[in-house]
Amino acid sequence: MSETPETKSATLFEQLGGAGAVDAAVDIFYRKVLADYRINRFFDNVDMEKQAAKQKAFLTMAFGGPHNYTGEDMRKGHENLVRMGLDDSHFDAVMEHLGATLQELNVPQALIAQVAAIAESTRNDVLGR
Amino acid sequence: MLNIKLGESKIPCQANESVLDALLKANIQIPYGCQQGVCQSCLMRSLDTTPPVSAQAGLKDTLQKQNYFLACLCHPEQDMTIALPEQQGALLNASVIKKQLLTPEILRLVLQYDAPLTFFAGQFVNLQRFDGLMRSYSIANSPQQDKVLEFHIRRLPNGQFSNWVHDELEHGAQLTLTEAQGSCHYLPGRMEQPLLLIGTGSGLAPLYGIINDALAQGHTGAIHLYHGSRNHDGLYLVDEIRGLTKQFDNFNYTACLSGACIAEQAIEANYAQGRAHDLALNTIQNLKGWRIYLCGHPEMVNQSKRAAYIKGASLSDIYTDAFLVGNHNG
Repeated sequence: MSETPETKSATLFEQLGGAGAVDAAVDIFYRKVLADYRINRFFDNVDMEKQAAKQKAFLTMAFGGPHNYTGEDMRKGHENLVRMGLDDSHFDAVMEHLGATLQELNVPQALIAQVAAIAESTRNDVLGR
Repeated sequence: MLNIKLGESKIPCQANESVLDALLKANIQIPYGCQQGVCQSCLMRSLDTTPPVSAQAGLKDTLQKQNYFLACLCHPEQDMTIALPEQQGALLNASVIKKQLLTPEILRLVLQYDAPLTFFAGQFVNLQRFDGLMRSYSIANSPQQDKVLEFHIRRLPNGQFSNWVHDELEHGAQLTLTEAQGSCHYLPGRMEQPLLLIGTGSGLAPLYGIINDALAQGHTGAIHLYHGSRNHDGLYLVDEIRGLTKQFDNFNYTACLSGACIAEQAIEANYAQGRAHDLALNTIQNLKGWRIYLCGHPEMVNQSKRAAYIKGASLSDIYTDAFLVGNHNG
């Protein structure tokens, strides 16, 4: 079968496996974040189900999937944490867990790099800069 | 076109509309957020029909069983009568048939009710006194028993309701109660799954009900109960529960005392020393695939929930009931 010019190549979200892949990733990712003493104090007083839902929305975005996140949401959502001292080192730790999660799921390196780039693009909003 | 009934309102729902769309169009305010079934803000409950399976995606199995659904995902297949999660159903009458002190602080209260009531052991109901004073208590017995409800009521130092139950409520007296609520209960289906139950104080009540329910339904997986209290007076039903361990090979029980200066007493009565959740979570290294029930002090519940999740338990397999220690549970 020959490719016609109309054929779209699979999106990043499709290549990663869509919503099912997000579910698998959230489970691993959130556990890593909560177990990390460098950052888990930021999650001390949160409802775990709601937080897992937020992680899912975030990973959906980072996976290139459908989402409603705006930079303004990211700023607002992290305002309190910035006041608690959230900085680049914490953002780096989260990025580390994101990469490790995808590796654990055997996602090819090239796709991991794309996900990381999307997540990285939120850094200034998350840190309120 | 179908109709949705919410309280006194009848709302039309077009074929392409979700329940949330229809409610918002009719100017009915309900909580909602993402509108894609992720945030679960628009959680509602169907009072008559089973909601479409697709409207229950991502909900805890116990909530699914109770016909909860997400309004934003729900495209009704028939007329529905729905309610917001906190809306109360009818009130029932019940009378006191037993009062028994289990420890100086904890009273076993057994009520008999007459109208039909659907409940699972471990859910809670609101008990209401003649003057309207109301408190939530967990159900400590399984529905296999006939038309009775058992509660374990701890006397709280300034608790208006608990002191009244302990001191004044008489045999034969009438109380009203609301329908059973809450998602912390047993469901059959994964009979070989190991269960871990951790409770403090009268947090044993829902766990005792859940265990009896699981055993009555023939749960085959290992069941581990850790019940903790600071002092001796908070541990109760010890002999009954030890009896169950003799009767059921898959059931294990550890009674834990966490207070100081009780070493001798603890050894004598064969209690473990330490906090129940520390002992449980230090003993069991990997909780992947386990079902976990946590009931009692909010701090214990929250700490254990996080620890159990980090040890591999899935969030959807962790059921909690944090007792309010403020004025709500007095």
